[in-house]
Amino acid sequence: MNNSLVVVLVASGIAYGTPLLYAALGELLAERSGVLNLGVEGMMLVGAVMGFWTVQRVHANTGVALAAAIVVAAIIGAALASIHAFLVITLRASQIVSGLALTIFAGAVGLSSYLGSDLNLAGAPAAHQLTAVFPKSMQDWPVVGPIVFGQNVLVYASWACVVLIWLYLSRTRPGLNLRAVGESPAAADTMGINVTAYRYAHTLVGGAFAGVAGAVVTLAITPQWVDGITGGAGWIAIALVIFAFWRPELCLVGAYFFGALQALAPQLQARNISLGPTVLWTNALPYVMTIVVLVIVSSGTARSRLGAPAALGVAYVREER
Amino acid sequence: MRVTFERRLSQPWWLAVAVPLGSLVVAFVIAGIVLLATGINPLSTYRQLFNAGFIQTGSLSQTMISATPLAFTGLAAAAAFRMKLYNIGAEGQMYMGAIFGSAAGLYVGSHVSSSAFVIFTMVVAGIVGGAAWALISGVLKAFFSTSEILTSLLLNYVAGLILTYLIFETESYWRETKGFNASVFPVGKQLPKVAQWPTWTIHVQGGVVIPLGALIAVIVAVILWALYSRTRFGFEARVLGDSDRAARYSGVRVRRKILAVMALSGAIAGIGGASQVGDFAHALDGDPNGLQKLGYGYTGIVIAALARYNPFATLLVAFLIGGLENAGNTLQGPNFPAGLVGVLQGIILFCALGGELLVRYRVRVHRKAAAKGAAPAPAPKAAS
Repeated sequence: MNNSLVVVLVASGIAYGTPLLYAALGELLAERSGVLNLGVEGMMLVGAVMGFWTVQRVHANTGVALAAAIVVAAIIGAALASIHAFLVITLRASQIVSGLALTIFAGAVGLSSYLGSDLNLAGAPAAHQLTAVFPKSMQDWPVVGPIVFGQNVLVYASWACVVLIWLYLSRTRPGLNLRAVGESPAAADTMGINVTAYRYAHTLVGGAFAGVAGAVVTLAITPQWVDGITGGAGWIAIALVIFAFWRPELCLVGAYFFGALQALAPQLQARNISLGPTVLWTNALPYVMTIVVLVIVSSGTARSRLGAPAALGVAYVREER
Repeated sequence: MRVTFERRLSQPWWLAVAVPLGSLVVAFVIAGIVLLATGINPLSTYRQLFNAGFIQTGSLSQTMISATPLAFTGLAAAAAFRMKLYNIGAEGQMYMGAIFGSAAGLYVGSHVSSSAFVIFTMVVAGIVGGAAWALISGVLKAFFSTSEILTSLLLNYVAGLILTYLIFETESYWRETKGFNASVFPVGKQLPKVAQWPTWTIHVQGGVVIPLGALIAVIVAVILWALYSRTRFGFEARVLGDSDRAARYSGVRVRRKILAVMALSGAIAGIGGASQVGDFAHALDGDPNGLQKLGYGYTGIVIAALARYNPFATLLVAFLIGGLENAGNTLQGPNFPAGLVGVLQGIILFCALGGELLVRYRVRVHRKAAAKGAAPAPAPKAAS
């Protein structure tokens, strides 16, 4: 029963969807403050390479090494996001071009590849990797075994993050302030909220999430390092925030849906099922589906902005409001 | 000390030149610090880079090989970004141009003996392929207001998969199926002689080979400049870029403009793809570690931004960055890690973006305010 396609797809959808979820939650926080960060793919890749480097080089037991890797990935993600934050918040550069610059700087032919070859990481499997937390006997329980108890610790942590971010946005004072900053920075400023500080803080936290998302890829999903290992997941995560109408709980649903789509190609191949005429179709499916869902969500001018922070992408300049 | 930015009412012309140049210098200094931190001597690295890119015998010919596609993708980005349509799909549009262009070269080239005619059909096919691929994003943007950034980017991955599929996973028209080599490793079918684009040699530095594609890029730049600065179309596109609302009120047909500009941008990238096949590869390159690893489409964005979307400046910057790419390829090895050139490009782009502030704003430093220090809000970082 646990080998049936549906159970396997749901279970691996959750596993593959976890990096998407972390990246989308991070992007959601940044966008809620009004900062669009298109550098997610780049931050994920550098998080992935640095997380991988940490487990290869830290000589400690698995738990410590993995914890260190996640911390390192989060820090490097935040550090990269700070470049974007400085450019768009302080220097008022175009958020779109700056985010693209971040992806070019950090991405598959930039910093992540530089670090990968400079630190000599390619070709070796990860020394430590994230594995299922619960004992084997529980993982064998029908249906819930692989889906609920077969996951690694970062999957459970991501569920906690969804709940915490939801509570933060809807039930706390700073969360309310954050939404004000994203909707109307001028009004927030008048209320005495430090718009700049909020934007910096959430862009950096968003970067940390993207870094962790990258580490999930190299520590759990494909425990090795190859250039461009995330394969566009960062971009799918940005699209995910739009599908989710900027709400964390919907990010979770979307992330697992796209995770399952990514898991579909290898699963079908393993079972000798061909979905369409060729392998091309199954490989291209996650990208094509992202576009299709994006079109459905954004069609109709009124609905396209549903839930979008009103000041998204706009620099706040007190003198020019 | 307090720093404030004041918006400039008029922008002095020399700033548009000085700021990109200055940001280039600053970028090299920052990258030098990064290199020092990783234990590499920046000065000797830069000397090697410059030497391998522009000075040593044969380097300029090699530089033209990377500068030509970059000129096309740079112009493609400049054409779209100028009106704030962020087409980041030049990469995929270039693949499509290569697929269509090589199909035309293979088919027409084996039936017609006039080289000029064959090359003409290849360019047209490249335009069609690139424009059609870009129009997917254009239509979605114009009719469903779907973000063209995400769709054009995701389509890059799809185009890459199609490219690989045509050579590696099927016995398509593009794939060489005969001969020993083809049975060992899948390759594209060689274009007939008439479909291979001519080159010219300038006799300096032991002969600099100028490909036909480079000349076409210059023509495209002239057309683009004329279109944007001398025609009604260009004027309306610029108005739309500066203010969506003003354009709508003055009766600009916004949807049509979006479609036209996306098609134009894709067409330019598509010629780049055709040139890639006709000028250099002479066969469709489906290898995921070949053309797709070079990321010309993304580098084009760096080039266009550094050139501040001016077509002629784009050509110049494409040449410079092309030299950098070429040097990166030549020098790649233990002392020169892969990705260094990408890092350098990223830093250049960051500096160019930061430098934009100096074009738009005047920076004022107030010294008196600091001396008092009567607990003003901790020096507003954003100067806001």
